[in-house]
Amino acid sequence: MQKIEQLIKEKARDLLAAGQVTSVIAWQKGEMFYDNAPGYFDNTEELDALVYNAFCAANLSKYLIANTKKDEKTAVFLKPCDTYSLNQLIKDRRVQREQVLVIGIPCAGMVDINKVKAQGLKGIIGITEDGDNLTVETAYGTKQVARAEVLLNKCLACKGSAYAVSDETIGEPMAVKHAPYDRFAVVKELESLSPQERFAFWQEELSKCIRCNACRDICPACSCEQCLFDNPESPLAGKANNNSAEEQLFHIIRAYHVAGRCTDCGECSRVCPQGIRLDLLNRKFIKDINEFYGDYQAGADADTNAPLLSFDVDDVEPGAATKGRE
Amino acid sequence: MWQEGTAVDLKTTITAKSLKNIFFPQIENLLAFERQGQKLSLEQKQLPAEKTIAFGVRACDIASFNLLDKVFLKQPVDHFYQARRENCTLIGLACSEPEETCFCRTFGIEPASPTADAAAWLVGDDLFWQPKTTKGEELTAAIKDLFTEAEGGDKIVAEQQAQVQALLDKMPLAGFALSDEECSKQAEIFESEVWEELSKTCLGCGTCTYVCPTCHCYDIRDYEVNDKVERYRCWDSCMFSDFTNMAGGNPRTTRLARFRQRYMHKLVYFPANNEGAYACVGCGRRLQKCPVSLNIVKVAKALGVTKNV
Ligand code: SF4
Ligand code: SF4
Ligand code: SF4
Repeated sequence: MQKIEQLIKEKARDLLAAGQVTSVIAWQKGEMFYDNAPGYFDNTEELDALVYNAFCAANLSKYLIANTKKDEKTAVFLKPCDTYSLNQLIKDRRVQREQVLVIGIPCAGMVDINKVKAQGLKGIIGITEDGDNLTVETAYGTKQVARAEVLLNKCLACKGSAYAVSDETIGEPMAVKHAPYDRFAVVKELESLSPQERFAFWQEELSKCIRCNACRDICPACSCEQCLFDNPESPLAGKANNNSAEEQLFHIIRAYHVAGRCTDCGECSRVCPQGIRLDLLNRKFIKDINEFYGDYQAGADADTNAPLLSFDVDDVEPGAATKGRE
Repeated sequence: MWQEGTAVDLKTTITAKSLKNIFFPQIENLLAFERQGQKLSLEQKQLPAEKTIAFGVRACDIASFNLLDKVFLKQPVDHFYQARRENCTLIGLACSEPEETCFCRTFGIEPASPTADAAAWLVGDDLFWQPKTTKGEELTAAIKDLFTEAEGGDKIVAEQQAQVQALLDKMPLAGFALSDEECSKQAEIFESEVWEELSKTCLGCGTCTYVCPTCHCYDIRDYEVNDKVERYRCWDSCMFSDFTNMAGGNPRTTRLARFRQRYMHKLVYFPANNEGAYACVGCGRRLQKCPVSLNIVKVAKALGVTKNV
């Protein structure tokens, strides 16, 4: 992906130098080699810090909400999956399309540093990507790991190399290699449980939540100006689970609110410091929508009516989702 | 909390969450009120009396308790915190496999020599144990059947300590140090231009604050059901938009102001009020957990308050 990084830098340099855009949103180098962060680049001197490698998982789309409120043009580099999020934001009228220059960049799958560590590696000082393998240099020695085994969960459910929205693209499409993966497998398992067992599963899972709100704040579909859970007038704590009802409420309300708009970008599960499987909630909705209304991918287009926002006399009746599973 | 049968993990160097909740739980009821007709009854919550042992605490987390003491044990003393702290016997566990995100030595913390009621070192399958305080002696006496006198233990432990130092020297943050002089320039740092750039990508979530072992701000709120009220306190985060909201409004209305506050507190205000002690122990949790990879190292470097060692 080093070649792509070079192309991104050149593109960004041209755009800034020609004054075509006021700023560029991409990724910047971190303190370690794996903690690359979203970054704004407002002039060409800053571009030395721009980076693109296996540790650029962060989805940059949401920053465009703030950016397009200003009267200026922003260029953004988006991986294929990120373009779905941006497209959904455009559809939700949260981003002004004409103020963004979208440059699609290919992706070979992003690496989950926690999975690398889970292979027993500590004190990681550097990683070099060579094809399907990663060479991990640690303070304790060097080891090879297969990229396919340490991909982020979200990349196992990659939507492919096509861009849902773009003005330009850079580089050739890349393939993401991994073992076959069914993103609904665990959802199906949960569906087969009794309501009591399912409740117990979620109670256990959600009791780990520390209410840091990272899942909500990173989510491109969570784009409310002010979240209802941030209301100091309400008895909801918003920052701690003051009873088990609140921890469940927060996640259920959030899942309902993003239903039909969640692109399954996987950011919520990726950032949760407690490792909570939030994707299972969202994927349950996605699966139901697919089953009831035909396959639907949020963010795939910016203009058709979404199934949950339109009505048809043939629509399923309320309660259909629980039929046969009581 | 350990229960019979729970598997023990002594391999993990840094836990995902910090350990502050053992003394300062995320949520805790302080007081209950109930209205019965014209009467109001009040019930103050009992101070926790349970005796506890915290085993396997790393040097950085132990150091964080010493920092929290400066807040909660100062007048007016926080009795809930104090009771839990006094009821607990702390057993430190020396680090043998530091992580690349560790920078405890920046704050003078010795990861291989934990200061607690008792210290322990795990070398191979042997656990070396040394009581350090009266509480530690008492616990050691109570479980003395578990121990045998360690022949040459000092040497084995010293070898491990040297190894850990050598490993830390190889880590990326080995040379990271703060300049006390630079960090004392309060007005200059406050006015710095870099805050804008730094705070631009911050999401305003509370991950950093909640996984941080030294962040200690809390909110006190009422939970009301019918005529009953529970008054509780819960962790709060200076990153949240309603933090410091008070009669008359919120003095920190922008993300920049909130972001700046967190670092001013850690790098400038806390040391100014606590004999130069920074409100950071270098555990690296934020380096691991921030969704957009912001952290104190990046901030300090951008502010130019670091020094070369
Ligand atoms: S989901 Fe696909 S496009 Fe997105 S980061 Fe993963 S591999 Fe790349
Ligand atoms: S990111 Fe995880 S811990 Fe934080 S609020 Fe969301 S579910 Fe809870
Ligand atoms: S709910 Fe999670 S997966 Fe869905 S759009 Fe939001 S962050 Fe992405």
